[in-house]
Amino acid sequence: MSDLEEFCKDTRTWLEENCPPEMRKPIESEKNVCWGGKKWTFESNAQKVWLERMAKKGWTVPAWPKEYGGGGLSKEEVKVLKSEMNKIQARLPLVSFGIWMLGPALLQYGTHEQKAHFLPPIARGEIRWAQGYSEPNAGSDLASLQTKCVKQGDGWVINGQKVWTSYADEADWIFVLVRTDNSGTKHHGISFILVDMDQKGVSTKPIKLISGKSPFCETFFDDATAPNEYAPGVFSIVGEMNRGWDVAKYLLTHEREMIGGGGGGILGMRSVGEIAVQSIGVDETGRLADPVLRGKVAEADLDAWAFMLTVERVKDEAKAGKGVGAKSSMLKYYGTEYNKRRYELCMDAGGSDELEWENDRNNDGALSRDWLRSKANSIEGGTSEVMLNIISKRILELPDA
Amino acid sequence: MPLILNEEQEMLRDSARGFLAEKAPVSALRKLRDTNDEVGFDRGLWKEMAEMGWAGVMVDEEFGGAGFGFVGAGVLAEEMGRTLTASPFVATSILAATALSKFGSAAQRQENLPKISAGDLVMALAVDEHSKHGPTKIDLQAEKSGNRFKLSGAKTFVADGHVADKVIVAARSAGASGETDGITLFMVDGNAKGLKRERTIMLDSRNAARFDFENVEATGDDVIGEVDGGYMALEGVLNAGRAGLAAELSGAGQAAFEMTTDYLKERQQFKKTIGSFQALQHRAAHLYSEIELMKSVVLKALQDLDENFGMAGATCSLAKAKANAVAKLASQEAVQMHGGIGMTDEYDLGFYMKRIRVAQEMFGDFAFHADRLAQMRGF
Repeated sequence: MSDLEEFCKDTRTWLEENCPPEMRKPIESEKNVCWGGKKWTFESNAQKVWLERMAKKGWTVPAWPKEYGGGGLSKEEVKVLKSEMNKIQARLPLVSFGIWMLGPALLQYGTHEQKAHFLPPIARGEIRWAQGYSEPNAGSDLASLQTKCVKQGDGWVINGQKVWTSYADEADWIFVLVRTDNSGTKHHGISFILVDMDQKGVSTKPIKLISGKSPFCETFFDDATAPNEYAPGVFSIVGEMNRGWDVAKYLLTHEREMIGGGGGGILGMRSVGEIAVQSIGVDETGRLADPVLRGKVAEADLDAWAFMLTVERVKDEAKAGKGVGAKSSMLKYYGTEYNKRRYELCMDAGGSDELEWENDRNNDGALSRDWLRSKANSIEGGTSEVMLNIISKRILELPDA
Repeated sequence: MPLILNEEQEMLRDSARGFLAEKAPVSALRKLRDTNDEVGFDRGLWKEMAEMGWAGVMVDEEFGGAGFGFVGAGVLAEEMGRTLTASPFVATSILAATALSKFGSAAQRQENLPKISAGDLVMALAVDEHSKHGPTKIDLQAEKSGNRFKLSGAKTFVADGHVADKVIVAARSAGASGETDGITLFMVDGNAKGLKRERTIMLDSRNAARFDFENVEATGDDVIGEVDGGYMALEGVLNAGRAGLAAELSGAGQAAFEMTTDYLKERQQFKKTIGSFQALQHRAAHLYSEIELMKSVVLKALQDLDENFGMAGATCSLAKAKANAVAKLASQEAVQMHGGIGMTDEYDLGFYMKRIRVAQEMFGDFAFHADRLAQMRGF
């Protein structure tokens, strides 16, 4: 038996013994997904136990090094773990921006002390992080951000406002892009700083969207502070001072890969054709009873399949060492535009039943709310237009405007 | 199987690209057109391709082929699409080779596959009888008497039909047009008595023909697959052809796109390089994304044909549908972004637009395959 086969066998046994039965059921509500953090209340003992057991193995972040709370697994082993978890329908023990975003940034740009200080609590689900990027006047033009961060004594004082900070009201700490220097070009003088939100100078306010309630917040910094070091070598600034844009860009690529790689959320969704048949029915030849809509649905279904195969191909290319690079922008662009198209068709198929906004019959207009929410897909994490700019510049190498 | 080419396939692609750029650029097609070449492709070049193993690229090694499978054949079709190379490759090396390899009798394989591999046998597949693809709409009659058949009826849009040494023809031996049962595939001589062939000059300057069968004789030995049960074989062969054409369309679409981005980087207007205009950048970037999708589905279909031939129908339809749509978009965007120069016969772009239009129509346009996929998916 090869090492990998052995690992597979051991993993299967361990999961069988350690994954509580309640954690092997499909996700049905938001509370089923564990985000961790100081303010988190576990919905069940099983959710708590599952997190603890997995964290102890380092399998909440299986690819991270062991010394930082990870599992130290190779790419192949991570794949095996994922597939074994899928087989028993095991839920992820923990999801968080710490895992998806700050972790990768620290692993790439952090000092050993920063990693040792911040990564293990993320892996254990003890600290929940928020992301402070966009500002009211810095959206697509993110680098024009103006949240001020000035040196005062032995630390930093931060003033300004962030917007679209997901789950800021439930987070413990926040990684923030701040301006530490205004003298050079806009990309220079940005720093990436880690701030404890449990202080008077940081406050949050939820944002209600056209779809109803949302995880988004505004986050205000009024003389908020951060020390130069949280402990010896544990600097509050990640990477070089004034060079935070490098970290920000690295993270944005990561984020787009995630959005794109998840198919903009379309993977695992029911096909539009299926939904339309349920709502409209078929004619005597077995075709959807609305021929004009059918054509559009057929085209959308086909594009969804082609897109999912492209996600697969880009991943396979990356595994073969060809790198993803700016292709993540293409995936982000196509996946999110597709998702909007899909929801428009679902609304067309659903008809007036789906337009009821407050009713148990349709789960309080869940489809309408998702349809509205999907409109943000091509804005958040970089607009479609910004993605097209990136493709033009980085991949097609077209000249600057 | 990872959705990428392996090393061997990449080498095949690279060597094909070099060879075709030198020996069969678009100017070669232009010359065939302008000299009204009777054959419609360069027989010497085809022989050279055969010597490199291309004619028998997917034929098993025991019959003198290269044994590269459908992915290998697709790689070559894509490269020939890039240069719009006129050759009997799709008709002979994909359609006929698939028909014989997968459904032919031992004698048929032994007799024909080595000749295909050697480049000594050009074949064609005659399916359609109407101006839109309809693999069940077969009305060409095969009149049975004992072990003998007489074929009568008409076929159209037969690629390489006028020069084919042998022709595989879908005939109706039972039932009525529109039914899948009752179809039989025959292999008949291109010069068979009673077979009239009319070369049709197509807008892409590539070969096609209309056939008129009048009591053309065949026997049970000429049947490929089963009598009355030929539809399964026909579908299998068509799927291979669809994937092959999708690969060719992908190559042609990519080439048109590359010509366009090159042009965007060089053409000056308003004292600026036009590629710096966001209106054009976004069109190009959108097209790039669509081309990436096209590349994925084409490779997937070819891999499916290699791995599970009988189950590849869905991805072959997906590939043909998407390649039809994206290559068309690429040719349209190419002309628009080139401006007036793209409309001139002197410039090569028109050849791409024309070939893409013809290849789209062959073996099912976008609507045909989108409808087929929708039916497979229960709507």
